[in-house]
Parts: sequence; structure tokens; C-alpha cells
Amino acid sequence: MNNIIVYLEIEDGIVGDVSLELLTKGRQLANQQKCKLEAVAAGYQLDTIGTQVFHYGVDTLYLADDKRLYPYTTLPHTSLLVNLFKEEKPQIALMGATSIGRDLGPRVSSALFSGLTADCTSLEIGSYEDKKAGKVYSDLLYQIRPAFGGNIVATIVNPDCRPQMATVREGVMKKELCDPAYKGKTKKLNLSDYVPDEDFVIEVIERHIEKSKLNLKNSHIIITGGYGVGSADNFKLLYDLANVLGGEVGASRAAVDAGFAEHERQIGQTGVTVRPKLYIACGVSGQIQHIAGMQESAMIISINSDPHAPINAIADYVITGTVEDVIPKMIKYYKKNSK
Amino acid sequence: MSFNIVVLAKQVPDTRNVGKDAMKADGTVNRSALAAIYNPEDLNALEQALRLKSKIGDATVQVLTMGPARAAEIIRESMYRGADGGFLLSGREFAGSDTLATSYALAAAIRKMGKVDLILSGRQAIDGDTAQVGPQVAEKLGFPQITYAEEIIDLDKDSITVRRRLERGVEIVRGPLPILVTVNGSAAPCRPRHAKLTLKYKNAKTISEQQTSSSDYTDTYHTYIIPEWGAGDIEHEPQWLGLSGSPTKVKQIENVVFTAKESKQLTAVDADIEELMKELIANHTIG
Repeated sequence: MNNIIVYLEIEDGIVGDVSLELLTKGRQLANQQKCKLEAVAAGYQLDTIGTQVFHYGVDTLYLADDKRLYPYTTLPHTSLLVNLFKEEKPQIALMGATSIGRDLGPRVSSALFSGLTADCTSLEIGSYEDKKAGKVYSDLLYQIRPAFGGNIVATIVNPDCRPQMATVREGVMKKELCDPAYKGKTKKLNLSDYVPDEDFVIEVIERHIEKSKLNLKNSHIIITGGYGVGSADNFKLLYDLANVLGGEVGASRAAVDAGFAEHERQIGQTGVTVRPKLYIACGVSGQIQHIAGMQESAMIISINSDPHAPINAIADYVITGTVEDVIPKMIKYYKKNSK
Repeated sequence: MSFNIVVLAKQVPDTRNVGKDAMKADGTVNRSALAAIYNPEDLNALEQALRLKSKIGDATVQVLTMGPARAAEIIRESMYRGADGGFLLSGREFAGSDTLATSYALAAAIRKMGKVDLILSGRQAIDGDTAQVGPQVAEKLGFPQITYAEEIIDLDKDSITVRRRLERGVEIVRGPLPILVTVNGSAAPCRPRHAKLTLKYKNAKTISEQQTSSSDYTDTYHTYIIPEWGAGDIEHEPQWLGLSGSPTKVKQIENVVFTAKESKQLTAVDADIEELMKELIANHTIG
């Protein structure tokens, strides 16, 4: 009772990184709150889930194994969580801020009337004083998230409703094994006790999920293009540089919105958070929502024709010039000097 | 029988363009410098609604928005883009609503609108980026939902087929009506339909806008009146509206200010770039 529950995202029988990252965070929070860490897996053929998650410090794994639960559809997964939460009364429930978590989370929170905070960048435990009501709450979950295009950071609490729900994007939290020998219990759930048949109303006719080709969050070198790159064609220069240096190409939200790069490459608060050794920002103006997703990079180079671009303030090197001019020279002088 | 589509739309500050001009010297946002705009993905949703209307013929598109008096602009804009009408849900009872209290109020307003076959909304609003209100409204109404829609492929009298754009893929799903669908920014953009409509609805007003209008010559007979609903017009229990209906509380707000580093300034001349690349190789950042 009053434990911490993580909803596991499972694709082809594999638990997603975002869920493992949440288990890592959930374990820390559970230690602080002196409660158990639990996980719920809903899908089909889930025999190996236990071996995938127990060593992250999972004490209880709830399994709902049924052919109809995969691929994910909203209503059955919602009913499962709503009814399980009513039984178990977790204090905190975490899920990934993914296509699935952001479809499921609000639905569950609405059904339970419990507050949900989307896209948290940090989760902490602390107290809260409701001055109006003269009440002090201790051991609440601080759900810390950017708002207003990233220009402010808000700390949100849910004083009275349980569970306290939060979603977190992939790559924001670190993934760390707790103990390779950690062993939890598995509890199989009888699906019909939780999910009515009427919930299976959405028919998935076709489905193409690509394995992520991209590994932005683990790249040591990232070359990011902003709106200032000017065109999808100019973006090719960034790929050339990335190939030569052995890096990956990222993009700002403006560049993605303009169609210069795929959404998967977006870096920032509404994209991926990265911490590479070298970050080269090309034609990126540096809106706060972007900077928040890359400011922990060890070294930052900004290439921008505007010497007053906001991103220059946090760059180690500022090159005032155009992408078309600077990048070919970088490639040329890298090749010349690296041998 | 007519097919009734409701589009949920929100007026938002244009947070995408928080450029240098909108930043104050202390690094905080000058909110008054941001324009109030039609939430971009809600326009994608409106476009899908208008396409369905022209395909089906016998369909109505009504837009519902919740916000302050000036959010009537959303209804005006929707109408000259081709919507049949709209409703403004407004009042101090709604102040301080988080996503749950907002969805409670919107769901109550939709119930008042009568038979609804399809609700469309943008995936998320750019001021909060939560993507919660759509699914929460669906839950309150007991409707199924399809999120991340990129295109409505097919619609018949009892089902809808939708292509969804997910983070790492595409899905085609079919669901029963009535249903709520949230539309992705990758869906078709919304273009205004007719210049005539633009002219006709430029003067559409809510009653309260008319009363405060500076013009004494407003001709009510030739002006479209935008219905304005307050809390009293929708069936509700007061504890679920506004602040009391909001389980989440804001404990603290901090402005984000990044500490500037001392940067080395270079130009695009060959000597500068070569020097930089040598340095990066020497300190093992690259190579």
C-alpha cells in the first residue's frame, strides 16, 4: 500500500529505456519514502519482463498478459491502471512522456481525479504549505517542469489526491541498475477483474514502429541545426560534418517545425535532453526551451551569423559566420590536422 | 440527420517566438510582448473538421473555447475559416483551472451542445505542452479517444479511421463514434476558405463585447452574435470548477536565467577555423 508504481512501456517484449529510467528514479524515491517500488506490465507474452526489470530494484511486478493488450490501445490499459490503483492506492505513479504515456496518463488521472504533471524534468520529495488552508503537507512529490515555452520552471504538487502522477521524457532521467541480484515478486492479474470487454473498441489495422536508428542521448558529439540553417538542403552540411567527426545530427524545434529535420532529432524541453562532450549549434538562436536540453554539454560551439544570438552567451566558442562558409572549413581543417 | 463536429480550441500566448524582444534585461519573459494566437495544433484540428464537413455535406462544425472575453477572437477566426459557429466559455469561476478542471468545464459545455458525433482538438497547446485536456475531456464524456491523428482516412455513419503519427512510427486505427480525436501538428495546415466569410465574421461579437464596443452604430441585425456561456449556463458542481477542481497546485515558479560563459570569439576566416580544429584535436574533444 502507498507504494510507487511505474507503468512499463513494452514493444516486442522489450521494456523501453524510458521505463527503465523511471524505475531508476522510482527506486531512489522509494528509498526516500521507505516504501516499495512496483511496476505494471500490460501486453502479451510477458515472460521475460521480470528478468528485465527486477535488478532495477522492483519489489512487485504486476503482469497483465493477454493478446488483446498488445498493441497498446487506450481504454483497456486505462481500466487496468485505474482499477489496480484503486486497489493498491499508490502514492506516486510514473509513466513515460511518450506517445503511449501521454495518451494514457491524462485518461487515468481524469478517471481517478488525481493530478498529473506532464514532461517533468526533475522529481523530488519535499513539503508544501497551503497558507490559505493553514495546512502543511510533508513528503509530497515535487513535479518540476518547464512551462511557458521553457521560460519558467514550475514546481507542481498534488497535496490531496493520490496517486501523484507524473510523466517524464526519455533521456531526462539516468538509467542505473540497482542490484543485479535484486529479486521481487510477480503478481499475475486476472484481466477480466480489471478490464471490461467493452474496452476493446479500437482496432489497430496497421502498425509500423521503427526501432530508433538514432541514439542522440548517447552521442559524444552532436551537430545541431536551427532555423538559421535555412533549408533542408543546407542541413546536409551538418550530416557531412557529423560523419567526419563521428557524431549525430540534432535539430531545434524551429528547424523541425520548418521541416528541415525529423521530429526524432529535436533537442530541447519538448525533445531529447543531451549531455555530449561537444555540441556544435549551427544557426540556432538559442530559445530557452532549446538551451535547457543541451546546457550540460561539456563544450559548446555556436556558429551563427548573428553575433548577438542568445545561445552565444553559453557557448565556449562563438564563430560569427554562416553555416555554408564555416562547416566546409571545419571539415577541411579537421581532415588536414587529424592525421 | 446532421453530423455534428465540435472543435476544441484555445487562445495561447505565442511562446514559440520568445525572441530577444520578448526578454527583459533580467532574463525574464515580457509576457505582454507576446501575441495571443490560435493554438497551432487546434488549427490543424479545425482543418480536419472542415474537410469532413465538405466531404459529408450535411455536417456542422462548432468551435468551443474557454478563456477570457478576448478569446472570442478564436470563434471569429474559426468562423471566417469556415466553421459554422462557436461558443465562448468564460467567467471567473473558471479561473485557476488546471487541465482537469478545464476538461470538466469543457465536457459540461459539450453536453449542453446536444448530440455530438466527433470532437476534434489539437494534440496540445503551446503554452503548457501537456496534451492532457483532450484525453481528459474524452474520459469525462465516456468517449473513446484517438490521439496524435495526422489524417482522418475514412468516416462512415458509425466509425472513423485515422492515421496516427507516433514518435517512432505510424499506426492506422479504427474506432466507433462518438469519439474524441486529437490532431498532430504534422497534419494538413488550415487555410481560410472564403473572403466573403472573412468580411461577414469580422464583426462577429459576444454580447459583452457589443456592450463595451466604442461604436454606437453597431447594427445587431447584421452582426453575428457569439454565444457566451458562464458557469451558470452549464450543468456543474461548483467544487469541480476552477481552483477547487484542480488537484495540482503550483508551489513555486522560477524564471529560467542561464549564466553566461566567457566565450572565445572567432570569425569564419580560415586561420580561426584551423586553429579551433587543432585545439579540439589536441584536447581530445574530437578525433
